[in-house]
Amino acid sequence: MNYGIDQDRLITIDSILREDLIEIGVDYVLMIDTAGNTIAKCDSGAHSYDVASLAALAAGNYATVDAMAKIVGEQEFSLLFHKGENVSIHFSMINEEFLLIILFGKDVSLGFLRLKVTEAIDKIRALWK
Amino acid sequence: MAFINMRTNEVQVKIVYYGPGRGGKTSNLEFINKKFRERIKSDMVSIKTHGDRTLFFDFLPFDIGKIKGYDIKIQMYTVPGQVKYNATRKLVLKGVDGLVFVADAMAERRKHNLLSLKQLQENLAEYKKSIFRIPLILQYNKMDLKDQGVPLLPLATLEQDLNSKLKVPSYPASAITGENVVITLKKIISVTMAAIQRELK
Repeated sequence: MNYGIDQDRLITIDSILREDLIEIGVDYVLMIDTAGNTIAKCDSGAHSYDVASLAALAAGNYATVDAMAKIVGEQEFSLLFHKGENVSIHFSMINEEFLLIILFGKDVSLGFLRLKVTEAIDKIRALWK
Repeated sequence: MAFINMRTNEVQVKIVYYGPGRGGKTSNLEFINKKFRERIKSDMVSIKTHGDRTLFFDFLPFDIGKIKGYDIKIQMYTVPGQVKYNATRKLVLKGVDGLVFVADAMAERRKHNLLSLKQLQENLAEYKKSIFRIPLILQYNKMDLKDQGVPLLPLATLEQDLNSKLKVPSYPASAITGENVVITLKKIISVTMAAIQRELK
């Protein structure tokens, strides 16, 4: 079964990612599906990454953590975050099909980022209502 | 489940190499990676154990150009073959569009092929997919071992064991020498793209 997202929605998603996340200093934002496909991507131009591999690994990583949560009787682990010296990665679930992967440097505070991520996710979810 | 990006006119297609452990799934991707190195923009990703066995998956993206105005991006994955890794195998199958089942032609591996194929059917069923309907190619790997005196299953036995009900295209192959590796790849891409196009209509 194939699926697509219409152009208008993709344009709106792009502007949400740019205005809510790139504007606050995030390096790279990826919206992927749980199969590892890239739905949308936005970056500050500061770095370039191998997006296809990153999406495949991020989907696998998220699925693994989700499976672990189920084994220990949790619905989900709500915070999935890898902290690096210069780059950190924040994962969040938009809905059952889509994930938001954010790469950011040390200038962005995690608390503020989480706040903005929640706002962005609410706006993206609203596109399907 | 192929994703069609209407904005960039791009179709992302997921093809998974499945089969029993040490059957040659990773070797297939390694051969493709070497053979088409100049066309593949990124490095092959392999998540392996210290003993060089696939722990999670291998990943290789491959652009095949345009079909009907759409840029086709093939994303190839392998699953870990070892029996104990079925949970991760299931995760990799999520959203799969086409499958290559890499069977091990060594006589002593006959039972492993059967068990792996049966488990593939069960794993697909969990995603509400039928092994009889999904684009699928069988590959009988390790044909090169015949020259070294290793007992191999006759092709008729492999066909009887694995393909008597499925009736899908099948190829004897050697992932190490590259025999029929590219043909297997071309075939799975063509049957998968045909299935996607049927749905697009």
